[in-house]
Amino acid sequence: MHSFGYRANALLTFSITILAIMCTMGSLSDNFNSPTPTSQVQVLNINWFQRQPNGNDEVSLTLNVSANLQSMFTWNTKQDFVFLAAEYETPLNNLNQVSLWDGIIPSKEHAKFWIHTTNKYRFTDQGHNLRGKDFNLTLHWHVMPKTGKMFEDKIVMTGYRLPQEYR
Amino acid sequence: MGWIGDSIDSIKSIQIRQLLTQIITLGIIVSSALIIWKTLLCVTGSESPVVVVLSGSMEPGFKRGDILFLHMNEAPIRAGEIVVFNVDGRQIPIVHRVIKVHERRDTGEVDVLTKGDNNRQHDRMLYAKGQQWLNRHHIVGRAVGFLPYVGWVTIIMTENPIIKYVLIGALGLLIITSKD
Repeated sequence: MHSFGYRANALLTFSITILAIMCTMGSLSDNFNSPTPTSQVQVLNINWFQRQPNGNDEVSLTLNVSANLQSMFTWNTKQDFVFLAAEYETPLNNLNQVSLWDGIIPSKEHAKFWIHTTNKYRFTDQGHNLRGKDFNLTLHWHVMPKTGKMFEDKIVMTGYRLPQEYR
Repeated sequence: MGWIGDSIDSIKSIQIRQLLTQIITLGIIVSSALIIWKTLLCVTGSESPVVVVLSGSMEPGFKRGDILFLHMNEAPIRAGEIVVFNVDGRQIPIVHRVIKVHERRDTGEVDVLTKGDNNRQHDRMLYAKGQQWLNRHHIVGRAVGFLPYVGWVTIIMTENPIIKYVLIGALGLLIITSKD
């Protein structure tokens, strides 16, 4: 009954159970945090705007992104993945989401940032609907935990419009 | 001579009963593992509810050996989500992030482009030849939960099958020989 094997087994089971409980509680504690992030994005310039040979519109933007995401960091946060997506509707598609820029925020100290950039990924449409198009810029974030459930949310910024003519 | 025959019979009957108990215990362990797995399949709606990260393409978020819990439902796929997808002609599913979504107005079908956080380029190179987009049916599930390091057990076992057989053998032996 009290052999070495049984004791080792009991110890292992107990430590795994405790570890599992601690991980669960760590993940659950994220729910107590209600983040209040802020963000501002300016389109500084339309670098170029044209129809590609395959018929799809493509535009190149210069953006100024500033955000304060410090409030979403908790003790269970490993990193924060942020990206800025252009979102718009076309006659063909009821939703188009095109990621323009993304970044990984490793810690709370880096979560208040300001960046001046051109779009990192190509802003191409499916078709040629971008002239004079109203679009939203949405800052999405995905919180990757040290363990447990992942969280996501977004800030939608409205009122951006592309020019009427190619340039 | 009667008492010798009696005692032999009693020993025989004990052994058979013990053997039966061991077999049943083993059966219960195997079937409860199966029940847990199948329940997970039902609850998550994904054909593989738990995956092990095998590559470093999503570092520093997911490292090799981390475990992801997947969930699949009717909710539409959106940019930023981490999805697990199969590509025709590729054995192992890939875990990457969605960076572009185009959702059809009439059919609701989605065109999705993915990219690994740690890769410089998007995934068109990884898709089947001539494939531009991923569609709904390529996607096995989206990652909702994360557990570090635990997947190393399976990685070590698949890369060194001997360890796996030794481990299974030892466990089996332990169960069969254990008294009570």
